[in-house]
Amino acid sequence: MFELGLSHYLTVGAILFTLGILGIFLNRKNVIIILMSVELMLLAVNINLVAFSTHLGDLVGQIFTLFVLTVAAAEAAIGLAILVVYFRNRGTIEVEEIHLMKG
Amino acid sequence: MVIQGLAFYLFALITVAAGVMVITARNPVHSVLYLILAFFNSAALFLLMGAEFVAFILIIVYVGAVAVLFLFVVMMLDIDFARLREGVVRYLPIGALVGLVLLVELLVVLGAWTIAPGGETRIASPQPSLESGLTNTEALGNLIYTDYVYAFQIAGLILLVAMIGAIVLTLRTRTVRRQRIADQVNRRPEEVLVIRKVEPGEGI
Repeated sequence: MFELGLSHYLTVGAILFTLGILGIFLNRKNVIIILMSVELMLLAVNINLVAFSTHLGDLVGQIFTLFVLTVAAAEAAIGLAILVVYFRNRGTIEVEEIHLMKG
Repeated sequence: MVIQGLAFYLFALITVAAGVMVITARNPVHSVLYLILAFFNSAALFLLMGAEFVAFILIIVYVGAVAVLFLFVVMMLDIDFARLREGVVRYLPIGALVGLVLLVELLVVLGAWTIAPGGETRIASPQPSLESGLTNTEALGNLIYTDYVYAFQIAGLILLVAMIGAIVLTLRTRTVRRQRIADQVNRRPEEVLVIRKVEPGEGI
């Protein structure tokens, strides 16, 4: 049990990924929480990549993690910018009303 | 070995608990703070795995930039969060069901999983051994500036596009009346002044 293997880390990754999906389902209205859930899922992916990378002794997994981090940062910046603009126009951030925004 | 295991369980438990709190906290500010906690503890997990560079990049990028960005947005927007919490109970059964199914599937995959035979021989860029004296950061730097230099440049471009996009989206030009000295100096009396002779009792 105390002998750490690959599966330990993969389990943590799987639980975190599930939590991310659950967060999207639970907070259907709050875009900020949905974005945070996406960050959690990306974190789970990173944990998986680094776990395999260190277990197999291959550095490419860690390099890929850096690119995932880049994309996550860009996605958060753009997502929050869109959120701010949307809030400025509508005064709310409810996801269910976004479909009213035609054109 | 036991200390390593204990550290793993500590960090993993805190990470998962913080993840649960992120999606269930009533106040989004608390959610962001729990997200920061989750990031810190997964950085500790990365350290435990032996990936120092990624661990510190995780703290610098995620905690230092992304989470603070979230914090700014949550605190600056004046949102009625209580109204946004409505419907959580309605979506709880379906969400729990989907989450449970996914988790069980992932764990089943974990249980029946092996590395393909000969997989150990097909390593693209092996991790340097401890005896070679090359640190994890040095090895990653050697790789990223040689074999993956184009991908690295594209990552930089993505960040540039994201930055420009965020600025373009949120920039608004305010219509504020300002003093223009040049216009004031260039004003001539004949352009702005009209002298009229007003007859008594008639007006203009």
